[in-house]
Amino acid sequence: MSVVAERTVASQARPPRRHYLNVNYGVRSWLLTVDHKRIALLYLVSITLFFFLGGAAAVLFRLELLTPRADLFEAETYNKLFTLHGLVMIFFFLIPSIPAVLGNFLVPLMIGARDLAFPKLNLLSWYVFIIGGLFTLTAAIMGGVDTGWTFYTPYSSTYSNSYVALTVTGAFITGFSSILTGLNFIVTIHKMRAPGMTWLRLPLFIWSHYATSLIMVLGTPVLAISLVLVALERLFQLGIFDPRLGGDPVLFQHLFWFYSHPAVYIMILPAMGVVSEIVPCFSRKRIFGYTFIAFSSIAIAVLGFFVWGHHLFVSSQSVYAGLVFSFLSMLVAIPSAIKVFNWTATLYKGSIVYRTPLFYALGFIGLFTIGGLTGIFVATLPIDVHVHDTYFIVAHFHYIMVGGAIMGYLGGLHFWWPKITGRLYPEGWARFSALIIFVGFNLTFFPQFILGYLGMPRRYAAYPDEFQVLNVMSSAGASILGIGYLIPLIYFFWSMRYGPYAGANPWDARGLEWTTASPPPTDNFEYKPQVSQSAYAYDEEQKVG
Amino acid sequence: MAEIHGTAALAHQFDDPEQQVEASTLGMWTFLATEILFFGGMFVAYIVYRMSYPQAFAAASHHLDIILGTINTGVLIGSSLTMVLAVYSAQMGRRRGQILFLAATLVLGLIFLSIKGVEYQHKFHEHLVPGAGFQFIDADPRHAAIFFSLYFAMTGMHAFHMVIGAGLIIWMARRAWRGEFSPAYYTPVEMLGLYWHFVDVVWIFLFPLLYLIGRH
Repeated sequence: MSVVAERTVASQARPPRRHYLNVNYGVRSWLLTVDHKRIALLYLVSITLFFFLGGAAAVLFRLELLTPRADLFEAETYNKLFTLHGLVMIFFFLIPSIPAVLGNFLVPLMIGARDLAFPKLNLLSWYVFIIGGLFTLTAAIMGGVDTGWTFYTPYSSTYSNSYVALTVTGAFITGFSSILTGLNFIVTIHKMRAPGMTWLRLPLFIWSHYATSLIMVLGTPVLAISLVLVALERLFQLGIFDPRLGGDPVLFQHLFWFYSHPAVYIMILPAMGVVSEIVPCFSRKRIFGYTFIAFSSIAIAVLGFFVWGHHLFVSSQSVYAGLVFSFLSMLVAIPSAIKVFNWTATLYKGSIVYRTPLFYALGFIGLFTIGGLTGIFVATLPIDVHVHDTYFIVAHFHYIMVGGAIMGYLGGLHFWWPKITGRLYPEGWARFSALIIFVGFNLTFFPQFILGYLGMPRRYAAYPDEFQVLNVMSSAGASILGIGYLIPLIYFFWSMRYGPYAGANPWDARGLEWTTASPPPTDNFEYKPQVSQSAYAYDEEQKVG
Repeated sequence: MAEIHGTAALAHQFDDPEQQVEASTLGMWTFLATEILFFGGMFVAYIVYRMSYPQAFAAASHHLDIILGTINTGVLIGSSLTMVLAVYSAQMGRRRGQILFLAATLVLGLIFLSIKGVEYQHKFHEHLVPGAGFQFIDADPRHAAIFFSLYFAMTGMHAFHMVIGAGLIIWMARRAWRGEFSPAYYTPVEMLGLYWHFVDVVWIFLFPLLYLIGRH
């Protein structure tokens, strides 16, 4: 039974007469909804806006970097642009991306629940997110911030000359939206599973979201208190980080990275969950090494809390602390490699069907491997001292965050788009844009590895002439990447009206979310789901009900 | 009445009241875990600076009023007792007892906040509030200022949580007054109890760290 044949049959399947999208209309029905699927779409619209805002900032500073002189913008404007890019992309796009959109939509569907445990908190989290975003945008419009997204003291305290307090408040508020989402997922996964949905039958997407939620719940409050202390220092002169008042700026770096390194795993773990769903579906095989992939997510979440010191190798941290952090950081490579090997083993001897989601998943595996291996380079003390604060670091984390997290996000968006909208996206255009994104991404960021290795520092508007060729390549790549991201925006809109009907299960995939209609009814299932098989039973018929 | 409320309070996403209680309880504990990490950031800062500047911290902590601090500790532990009794009354379906014990908890909480306010006022008169007016002669004033910065940040954040708790107590008492709780449904009161005890436990750590260590 081929997926293609299934697809043609499925394409004629009309959506149900009543589903979550047409159950009622009007602005009120959306802004006051407690349906997790509608809240997911509220998030989808808002983070898409933030994504293109952050992207626009990147386009502007990549234009500036076409020439060695700071001629398009002066250095101060350049600093504000890369700060805006980092802030928006991390706090307002990457951290909410997969959890708040796909996770919100899929967690109840995948475990057979009618909704998340706390639907009102879920809606509250979106409002909190929007309020935090408005603070940050207001600060950006009033003049912006030039501290970098990390708000390092003393840039954000003693030497601050921009709208730091307002921006910090925005980031602080947004943090609570992430705490609420994480709390909701943890309780939902523990208490709302359908009968028969044991822990080891859970889709790996759920395991990775569970691990992500642990980080959100335990890491974000530490960022929150650090930002509160920065704000108190600015408002009431409480000397905690400011050396002039007796404080220690390095303490801020410790507290900040205690959250912000695990936050990298908030961005990558959900993408790993997406890949774990896509790969078995398009290999028509059970996932290889299910339990190892499941527990490697937990291992990454736990280890993630003990590696923050690798950001402080050159911040006067003791050598012994450096050694320990270096060792612990390398340990993260083990669960990451477990995942990569198991996905590869799943593909091996699979009946592979090439569809856009699989292209993104394969892109993820390759690019994440490059990002992860260079992560071992920078976890090595002597190499880090050489490449610290150079473009090597920039390239490394973009391979994880863009090559990893965004590839996973787009792959997941394509994979579940039929479920979300009931319509298929145009496959040809989708493949074309996936290719463009892959090429554009590598052209943008691979030259930055070389630039960093040669010693070009990050966060400067000007650079020596000898770096120009590689910078021009990078800027050219960025414009290709930008076009690649615009194409899906257009065809996703197009498909909502003109795409063929998808039917309940266009990919012949396993998992509870495919047993209900597309788009699903407000209560998710017409029947009470009973689970008797694994989420990856590709060697069996799908059991419904 | 009890049965009606038992079912009316069941939200659509839950299958039965038991699942709803379990979900609320786990949710509250998860929230308290985030709170521990939230205060944890300040505790880390405290430990780091205490280790770096032990003399200045010991000298500065002598300026805290140990008598008022001890009284406040007693007041807060007493409020935990009345909170437990309020939850117990709710469980037993004793509406009047529940309202009375919630009111007692509220009064004790307000006594705590008033005493804290008096202490803050003393610090202000003694020029021990960090900022331009800060004066300290017993040790390095810059390091003593860190002690007082942490003192105000930690006790201030604690007091802020108490104020929120007081608001929640008023809300719960109002709901109890309307007869919304019964032995079949009293989860919100129980959750409020968990929160209140957590805020007390934070003080149980703050009191020795700020008032007692290094005091002979």
